[in-house]
Amino acid sequence: MAKVLMKGNEALAEAAIRAGCKAFFGYPITPQNEIPGYMADQLPLRGGVYLQAESEVSAINMVYGAAGAGARVMTSSSSPGISLKQEGISYIAAAELPCVIVNVVRCGPGLGGIQPSQGDYFQAVKGGGHGDYRLIVLAPGSVQEMADLTALGFDLADKWRNPVMILSDGILGQMMEPVDFPDTFEPLQVEKPWATTGAVNRKPNVVNTLDIIAESLEKKVERLLEKYERIKEEEVRWQEEGTEDAEIILVGYGTSARIARSAMEQARQEGIKVGLFRPITLFPFPERRLKDLAGPEKKFLAVEMSAGQMIEDVRLAVEGQSPVYLCRRLGGMVPTPEEVLAKIRELAEGRVSQ
Amino acid sequence: MKTVFQKPEAMTDAQLHYCPGCTHGIIHRLVAEAIDALGIREQTIGIASVGCSVFAYDYFNCDMQQAAHGRAPAVATGIKRVLPEDRIVFTYQGDGDLASIGMAEIVHAAARGENITVIFINNAIYGMTSGQMAPTTLIGQVTATSPRGRSASETGHPIRICELLATLEGPAYLARVSSHTPRHILQAGRAIKKAFEMQQQKKGFALVEVLSTCSVNWGMTPVNAMKWLEENMIPYYPLGVYKDITAEEDE
Ligand SMILES: Cc1ncc(C[n+]2csc(CCOP(=O)(O)OP(=O)(O)O)c2C)c(N)n1
Repeated sequence: MAKVLMKGNEALAEAAIRAGCKAFFGYPITPQNEIPGYMADQLPLRGGVYLQAESEVSAINMVYGAAGAGARVMTSSSSPGISLKQEGISYIAAAELPCVIVNVVRCGPGLGGIQPSQGDYFQAVKGGGHGDYRLIVLAPGSVQEMADLTALGFDLADKWRNPVMILSDGILGQMMEPVDFPDTFEPLQVEKPWATTGAVNRKPNVVNTLDIIAESLEKKVERLLEKYERIKEEEVRWQEEGTEDAEIILVGYGTSARIARSAMEQARQEGIKVGLFRPITLFPFPERRLKDLAGPEKKFLAVEMSAGQMIEDVRLAVEGQSPVYLCRRLGGMVPTPEEVLAKIRELAEGRVSQ
Repeated sequence: MKTVFQKPEAMTDAQLHYCPGCTHGIIHRLVAEAIDALGIREQTIGIASVGCSVFAYDYFNCDMQQAAHGRAPAVATGIKRVLPEDRIVFTYQGDGDLASIGMAEIVHAAARGENITVIFINNAIYGMTSGQMAPTTLIGQVTATSPRGRSASETGHPIRICELLATLEGPAYLARVSSHTPRHILQAGRAIKKAFEMQQQKKGFALVEVLSTCSVNWGMTPVNAMKWLEENMIPYYPLGVYKDITAEEDE
């Protein structure tokens, strides 16, 4: 198919439908309204169900029901709404139900603002709701990836029986770029013998998250943790540019990675050896590759639209082999390439202490 | 030999964990009998809510999901909307679950005319968490969190769910029944069956509120609890059909 110019949010919605999404439940919130808008328009015409829920709490529990009944299902929201969904997300992870949850992140805390942010990183990758569980977290860096990673997200969700979060932000959601949808996209076909579709000629299926026997619940959580370890082995994704000879490695995902790339190009013109490391999966985090890249002669610079959340995972990954610095903006402010460049220059000249 | 007692097919062999004098078990049986009578066990998906009846997923012999506290109508909506039309979806919810934390979900499922069946157990108390005040607790009723009796000036008045939902266009069938005498139990069974039939006929949202006892948390013998229900709950929660669109059609 020829490339079409689309907003990130619309590309994501279109990709979801092509990936076989059969139901969407959501509640309005800026800056993700194009997603439910697109779904409301298209999904019913293309064999699916769109329903505006009474709240994000209801929406995520509708997702639980539909996923438990075996459908490919999605919800989207932005930060305050994602906070409301957390109990439901914990249930979905516990019941091992596949679904895609989109967070087009805006800035907090509180009602915060509607400008883009990356302040929900901890919530997305460390759990967010109660209990020991993980989401698979995908971080698109372009409109094309808003589409590609959403389609991938449905496959990963089914493959691992695990909720997948697309961690985007207001810029990626709103900006327009050319996007290509493959003509022959084939969603992964996964049997769901556990789904509650009606117990015809079989024993009843139960979708449940309760287990009051401690010994048995411990085993269940151990099994979940084992699954997360296998996901770490098999599903890590990232992108590198110019890391071969880099003395300073910028680390950023999503919008921050785009800004870091501009700064890197300018720094290279000045003769500073800078590379870019862009995690595409935030869980699992590409920690092994970062560790390999680290060393006493290298410096890392995390670029974030938050107080510095991903930087903690970078530090854990490099295990003290290299110093890790932070360049950040808050409150919906976006770092400029010049700000990042200024930090790069300081690091290159050795003017910054950790 | 004549069979005088048989377990409904829609119930499993699991032993019920309910306290003596609790009517959850009786109401489970009524639901299972309705499912059997309509021959819909293999196409039914039930939703157990958080409360004493959470283990209903072990007791009903059909596909089951266990929902977060209050969210059963949302879970039911998700299931109902993605499965083939002949699938029957019911929720089984307590009064804390449905009338407090889950008020938004039940009102909106009803307003949408969601084609599901809701079995609503009103025992005027939070059973599972050991007897706190519920939104349905009567004025003057002593609970763990209204130790001097529920006072209207501090906590307002108990909520009448059938009456409240009857103001909406969405519901097809709303009835309040009781479980304190054999005669009432028979009536309750008929109402529950009707609420499933409404769904089969795609009439829309159906809810049966069943007045129920919690003798342990009420601090009464089972017999006194039945009496207390009759003398205190029924005057405030009158039994009857609050909405039935098929009755209107029949007229
Ligand atoms: C979000 C959340 N809040 C609180 C609870 C604790 N909780 C469990 S059961 C229950 C009350 C259930 O009472 P009711 O719905 O009246 O049912 P009953 O136990 O009386 O049958 C509460 C508050 C919970 N599990 N989840």
